[in-house]
Parts: sequence; structure tokens; C-alpha cells
Amino acid sequence: MLSIIWIAYRISFRFAARFRSSTVSVCALYDCVPHTRWQTADVDLSLTRHLKLAVGCFRAFGPSNPHGYHVMSQIIIEDLIKQFRVSERDAGMWGAIRGIVKRRYHTINALDGVSFSIEPGELVGYIGPNGAGKSTTVKVMSGILVPDAGRCEILGRVPWRNRTEHVGRIGVVFGQRTQLWWDLPVIESFDLLRDIYRIPRNEYARNRDEFIAVLNIEACLDVPVRQLSLGQRMRCDLAAALLHSPDILFLDEPTIGMDAVSKLAFREFIKQFNQKRGTTVILTTHDMDDIEVICDRVMIINDGKIVSDGTLDELRRRVTLERRLVVELVDNVSEHTIHPLANLASRDGKRIHIQFDPHQISAADLIAHVTSQNQVQDLFVENPPIEETIARIYEDQAT
Amino acid sequence: MLDSLFIYRRFLAVSLRAQMQYKASFLMQLGGRLIITAGEFMAILVLFDRFDSLIGWNVYQVAFIYGVVNISFAVADAMTTGFDLFGDMVKTGDFDRILIRPRSTALQLAGQELTLRRISRLTPGLVALTWAAMNLDLNWTFANASLLMVSVAGGASLFAGLIVLQATLAFWTTETLEMMNTLTYGGVETTQYPINIYRPWFRNFFTFGIPLATVSYFPALAIMGTPDPLGTPLWFQYTAPAIGIAFLIGSLQVWRIGVRHYLSTGS
Repeated sequence: MLSIIWIAYRISFRFAARFRSSTVSVCALYDCVPHTRWQTADVDLSLTRHLKLAVGCFRAFGPSNPHGYHVMSQIIIEDLIKQFRVSERDAGMWGAIRGIVKRRYHTINALDGVSFSIEPGELVGYIGPNGAGKSTTVKVMSGILVPDAGRCEILGRVPWRNRTEHVGRIGVVFGQRTQLWWDLPVIESFDLLRDIYRIPRNEYARNRDEFIAVLNIEACLDVPVRQLSLGQRMRCDLAAALLHSPDILFLDEPTIGMDAVSKLAFREFIKQFNQKRGTTVILTTHDMDDIEVICDRVMIINDGKIVSDGTLDELRRRVTLERRLVVELVDNVSEHTIHPLANLASRDGKRIHIQFDPHQISAADLIAHVTSQNQVQDLFVENPPIEETIARIYEDQAT
Repeated sequence: MLDSLFIYRRFLAVSLRAQMQYKASFLMQLGGRLIITAGEFMAILVLFDRFDSLIGWNVYQVAFIYGVVNISFAVADAMTTGFDLFGDMVKTGDFDRILIRPRSTALQLAGQELTLRRISRLTPGLVALTWAAMNLDLNWTFANASLLMVSVAGGASLFAGLIVLQATLAFWTTETLEMMNTLTYGGVETTQYPINIYRPWFRNFFTFGIPLATVSYFPALAIMGTPDPLGTPLWFQYTAPAIGIAFLIGSLQVWRIGVRHYLSTGS
């Protein structure tokens, strides 16, 4: 049985190889096995190569991949470089006039060799100080900006070369600027987007009804966008960006200016949507709570370079191993009752913050020690605030 | 193509509904426009009253050409408001929003707004044309009627092309270029009179440079059955409006170069 399959496989493979320039299947195979040299492939293939090919075929045409042969990372960014020329102008009227005749420019390296890749379904936080290159990267990925050099492939396309095809598969939400029609009731913006994105009627109705229910925007639908509150508008904007079921969602500072309740609802929605639909989410923000709640992975960019890329835990570990034990005591504590391997970070009446390194003393031992020495009302272990972690990374880069 | 037309129609419907959101403002602006327009028209009447012929052209012939040019411009002007406002869109970054939608940028801008109140500019043109048509002894054959339509379409395309070119400049300079207005508004002012009244270099500019005369003057001659004092053949008078459409297509190509430039520089 096996040998029959093997022979059939070989024959089909040889057949395909002969027409490799014209058949889709071989192009597909080629994509699956990036390191196979096709010049030598049909002369001699080792068993492992055949296995790789077979696995590639399975991954390519198997049920888990709705897009056919595309099994590369969803987003591939390599050595992206983007410089901006900024004209300098002297102050005052005279400077403005002189600027017309002779302009001086200085260049800014907005992106200085940025590389990363993102797999389908990832929730990625993309952070960095102002002017670090976050927005530039997002603009390149959404096809608004062409880089000076480097590779950018998203869903197998180069965004700026196939702009309309590319943007039809992504959704973008800018926190600062609405995507909806200012003077129109929200529902009419939705209807217009259906026609712009050519969304099939039933898919549109399903998505629209789902988002209206989950994002609780029923009451906003007949209100012109200009009359909505910021929180309402953002929820409507989010729904609008997802109506066409994009594969990738870019959120550029989405929670800016939102109240606490809206923020919580927003984060919850993003997480659930990602779990349910497997949509990749890339989020830029200055709100570390957004990152902490939503993202599995954090990339930090500073001065146009990626300075850190990994899970939130890895990020913390990279910077510091420190943990904190917060203890609320019944009585006041004397300091010598704290374990010698830990130290007091701060105290606030009966609440004390104890700093410790989990490699030197485990949380359990420390808790046992503290509770044996004092009467404890409440206690919990916490990670240092993520802001401190990030700030430390920025500082490390600066020095 | 059909799909583009469909979405264009949808954009326009939306734009009209958005304008109706501010009814009072709309009515007041429309009223204001009508008063201005009526004033312009009175000026023309006074002018024709004083000189009832213009180097061999009678009043009605002049009014006919005046009508065709003004109708063309009114249509183009109302349809290209999006391009008119484009300089501001680049400044505020709103153009990015256009770029992240899966439709051509020119289509989205054209559909951005159909400014109803600008259509009021149609009135003087229509009145002049009707008045001229009633008094000229015109032979309304099918060919002539379609030539009039084509002439207006060609004229509108040409003006639209000029406005697109003007907008394209905003990709390079964020200052609005008033200079371009001499071509659009100035073009209307110039070509609403028979062009043989001008000096050769001037009329050559508006025939070969910015071919505004080709979409109004020459076809109008064919419709009125007047031989051209400049001696152009009849077939040219019939085909000349196509130049307007070609001009628009050319302008849209330049527009695409502009978009590519924008993408590589950012704003």
C-alpha cells in the first residue's frame, strides 16, 4: 500500500516538476519548502527532502489552511528602512522667505532595519516612545507608505504594489481619526462600507448583527457620527473595520481618550474576537494595560530599531527578575521580621511592599516566613508595573 | 467598470444625504449662489445689449457657445469638489483614509462630494443655451443633438482634468496653487466667447495647449452649421470633444504618479 502511494507521489512529482513554471501546484510546493533547490530536485532527492515536501504538501493543502498553498508567515518584514527628509526653516518672516529660495534638509531614520514576522492569529503589541517609528511601520504595513529599502510581504502581497487587493484583507482603526462618514448615521456608513469592500450580503448581515450586539452600539446606529461620544465612536469604528472579516487588524492607539469602562469593553472584545475568528491583531499603544490584557507578544521599537521582541513574561525577565510581595498586616511591623534575602520597597501604613528575587527565595518561602512572624490580613504577589519595565528598556537603549 | 459606477452612485447618494443634514445652511448657500449667478447673467445681458454682434458673430451664436462652456464647467465643478478640497486632505492626513480602502483613489475623491449648490452654476449656461437655441434656426438632427451632449461631456471632462491636475500638485507642495485657477476659471472666461476674436498665439494656446476651445467652440460651429472663420474642417469639429476625454484620462495618469510620489515620501 505504502509503496503504491510512494510511486504515485514520485510520478506526480516528476510530472509537476516538468511543468514547474506553469503549474500552480509546483509554485505551491516551492513556497512550502523554502530551501529546496529546484534545479537539483528532480535529479536526486534525499528521503528527508521528500518528507519535507510531503509535510509541505499536507500543510499547504490540508484542512487547517483555508488560503491554499500559503504557509509562510502572515507578515514578513525584513530590514525595512525609511528615511524622511525634513526641511529646516529659520524662525520668523525672513526665515520663511529664505526657506523658499534655499532649503536645508536633515534626514530622519524613521525605520532603521526593522525585521520581524508575525504568524496568523497572533496578538502583538507594538510599543515605543513617540517618534520611534511605530506609526511608520504601521503605515508601511497598511500600504500607505513605501519604504526606501527592505522587504514587506503581508498575506503574500507587497502592500503598496497591490494596494487595493491588500487593503481589502486588512482592517485599520486609528484612535485619532474616524473612518466613518462624519455627517452620516452610523448604519449608513456600514452599508457604504459593505459596497466599498464588496462584502457578500449574508456575511455582512452576520457580522453587522454580531458587532452591534457585542459592542453594544444598537443605540448609536441612527445617530450621525459627529454626535457620538468618543467611546461610542471608537466602538463603531472598530465594528466598521471588521465588517469585511479582515485577516489582519491594525489598531493604532485605539484606547486614547477612552473612559475606563469603554477601555475594558474594548479590550475584552479584541481578545474574544481574536479567539473566535483567529484574526491577527497588531496594536500600538501607550497604555501598558492594553498590552498586558490583550497581547501575547510585545515588540518594542526605539529609534527605528526593534529593541525587544518576545512574550510579556520574557520581556519582564529580560529586564528584571524582581517580584513584589504586598502584605497587609493587622499590626505595625518591625523591619527585622522581613526575610534577610528580601527587602522592604515601600510602606504605606499597614501595607508593605517587599521586593524579592525569586531565584534567591521562592515566593512560598517568603510568604511562610512573613506569616510566621506577623499577623497578616491579606497578601499577594505582583509583577513590577510594566511601565517600569518598558522605561528601563528605553533607558538601556539610550546608554 | 460597472461596479465602479455603482459605487460612485452610492458615494453621491451619501454625499447628497449628508448635505441634507444641514438643510438651513444648504438653502441659504443655494440662495446666495443663485443671487450671484443672476448678477453674472445680468452682466452678460447688458454686454450683449450694448454690442449686438461680436466680429461677425450675432448675439445668439455667442450665447450658444457661452452656454456650452458654462454648463460643462458647472458639471465638472460640482463633480470634482473632492479634488478641490484635496490639498487640505493631504495636510490633515485624511488622504490616508482613502488609501486604506480597496478602491481607486480617484474614484473615491470624485465620489467624495457632489456639491449641490455648485450645480446652481448650471442656470446661466442653461438659460443662455435655451435662449440661443430658440432664436437660432437650428437643425436638431440626431447627430447634432448627440454632438451637443458629447460636447458638454468633453468640456466637463476637460475641466475635470484641469482640476485633477491642480489637485495633483498638492502632492508636491502643500500650498494651494492659485495659478492653476487662471486655467480653470480663466479658461471659462476665455472660451465662452468665440475664439477667433483672440490673437493667434492666445487661441492656439487654448486649442493645442489647454484644448478648451476644442470642446466648445468647434463642436458649437458644427451644430450651428456655421463655417469656421478659421477654416477647420467639419470632421474635426465633430471629433474635437474626444480631446477633452483624452485630456481627463491623461490627467488621471499624472494623478497616479502623484499618488506614487505621496506613498514614497509621506506627508
